[in-house]
Amino acid sequence: MQNKEALLGKTLDELREVVKGLGLPAFTASQIANWLYVKKVSSIEEMTNLSKKAREGLAENFEIGRTLPSKVQTSVDGTKKYLFAAHKGLFIEAAYIPEDDRKTLCVSSQVGCKMGCLFCMTGKQGFQGQLKAGEIINQLLSIEESDILTNVVYMGMGEPMDNIEEVLKSLQILTSDWGFGWSPRRINVSTIGVIPAMRRFIEESEAHLAISMHSPFDQERKKLMPIQQVYTIEKVVEALREYDFGRQRRISFEYIMFEGINDTVEHVKGITKLLNGMRCRINLIKFHPIPDSPLRGSSNDKMEWFSNQLSKKGLISTIRRSRGEDIYAACGLLSTKELVKKDEDSDF
Amino acid sequence: MSEPVRRKKELKPVRLISNTEIKSGVFVIELEKIHDFIPGQIVAVAMHPDDDLRLYSIASGVDYPYLRILFDRVPDGQLTPPMSELRAGDTLYVTAPFGRFTKTPENSWWIATGTGIAPFISMAESGEARGRTLLHGARYSERFYYQELFKEKMGDRYLRFCTMEEGPGLISGRITTFIKESDEIKPENKYYLCGNADMVVEVRQLLLTRGVPFDNIIAEIYF
Ligand SMILES: Cc1cc2nc3c(=O)[nH]c(=O)nc-3n(C[C@H](O)[C@H](O)[C@H](O)COP(=O)(O)OP(=O)(O)OC[C@H]3O[C@@H](n4cnc5c(N)ncnc54)[C@H](O)[C@@H]3O)c2cc1C
Ligand code: SF4
Repeated sequence: MQNKEALLGKTLDELREVVKGLGLPAFTASQIANWLYVKKVSSIEEMTNLSKKAREGLAENFEIGRTLPSKVQTSVDGTKKYLFAAHKGLFIEAAYIPEDDRKTLCVSSQVGCKMGCLFCMTGKQGFQGQLKAGEIINQLLSIEESDILTNVVYMGMGEPMDNIEEVLKSLQILTSDWGFGWSPRRINVSTIGVIPAMRRFIEESEAHLAISMHSPFDQERKKLMPIQQVYTIEKVVEALREYDFGRQRRISFEYIMFEGINDTVEHVKGITKLLNGMRCRINLIKFHPIPDSPLRGSSNDKMEWFSNQLSKKGLISTIRRSRGEDIYAACGLLSTKELVKKDEDSDF
Repeated sequence: MSEPVRRKKELKPVRLISNTEIKSGVFVIELEKIHDFIPGQIVAVAMHPDDDLRLYSIASGVDYPYLRILFDRVPDGQLTPPMSELRAGDTLYVTAPFGRFTKTPENSWWIATGTGIAPFISMAESGEARGRTLLHGARYSERFYYQELFKEKMGDRYLRFCTMEEGPGLISGRITTFIKESDEIKPENKYYLCGNADMVVEVRQLLLTRGVPFDNIIAEIYF
């Protein structure tokens, strides 16, 4: 009974392979996709328009692959943090963020992260593994608010571009007619700028893109985000300029504000120069220190000032209030570090 | 020099000069050198122009006639298993060198585990080891790649931390213990870390705890 393959996370093409392998008629693939992603069943038994034989054949080798959250924490502001068991005894988190007419789920794309950004809780946990598309989709399906979600952001644990295959697959499932049928405009994927994978994302999906900038300056960004050694923010912006994103697709830059570090007039000038003429917006984000962090968040007044300075330069910025702080559910704050067992057989 | 952007034209076919399995599962390949580089830089590599790229630190000195790469074979990896099978005369696709983990000042500290030693091999072979200190961590004594080079260039400023074995010249124990306890960790020095994320993140945190400002910690992560 163990180790059955999950159906959740399979694209229509992959489901066609599955039914072909079982000797079932080709149209069964669309029926299964419908049960998985539209009717959202949690057992093969519920796929009642499939013949009994087809269901038995499927159940012999496959399972749906739904996992219920193993823990839920609710913040005073209504934000909820869901903990899910992923494969190999690992855990991931998703954050549900209700606002007036928007109900957003912030999903994880990896277990931990390899990118080691200085300000990030997930980064502090190191990397434990990749999530399958089904494990990403499961986060949307298995929460209490599944049916009222209006938006999804890939800003939880992990760097989506470092798991690009599975992330693209999950996006295909969310936006296809045979899948959730969502408009890609309801989805925002973040990246620190892994250029080759970011290009694939731009070319192969239509979802919005949010780039984590955090500093326009090489020497400074390098110390906040090791990725800058390899793919500089200048090159990321240069790559973005090659594409026509049209009117509908949004490019935004995330900018966490650190007191005395990246909140000066020089930074306003640096950002202006970097983004010169680009149609985008900048999200200024309040930083809430993570344990043992050398960084402090800029004050609200400073953030207002910074935002005003940017708008004087013709750049649109918004100040994002942080939600769910009391349960550590803000972006960059998701971590299951306490659940990670340290490898005793280490080389350092 | 530019970062690769997954465009075919950026990949150039180069001839493989040699491929040696220096330790079980760890390989050194030498390639025809078609560009100059700065020690600490990387190249992006693919078996075929349409494949996804993988990044590798250049592990040879600037005056060495070939371009050397030191790599681990990742069992279910896309690139490293076929790359480990290459023979002299075969072709590999490589970009121009790029990356900014370079120009470590004198008195800086280099900290590496595993193949994360690669950029420091390039620096040491290019005459940039003087005044630096290298902390290298490995499980077994045979896994201190290029130890003869570092012994020669750095003498007693080359410290090998072996976690699973004892042996002559080795410090048995962890780099992390040393960083926690040593009087030599000074906030004013620069620390250059290279290796996997777990090492970088843990060592960086310990350095911060020892009072090193984050400005003085520069990391290259093999993501
Ligand atoms: C800047 C930079 C420099 C690098 N330099 C070197 C170098 O000099 N020598 C070297 O050997 N490697 C280096 N790497 C790593 C290298 O780019 C490849 O990631 C690695 O060789 C694996 O490639 P692959 O195609 O064989 O495996 P992949 O197909 O990429 O991976 C196969 C499987 O292994 C897992 N995996 C891969 N890497 C890791 C990891 N770090 N931790 C946990 N699981 C992992 C993947 O998730 C996947 O499941 C560097 C990486 C970067 C970013
Ligand atoms: S900010 Fe994003 S990319 Fe950076 S370490 Fe955290 S999860 Fe990874």
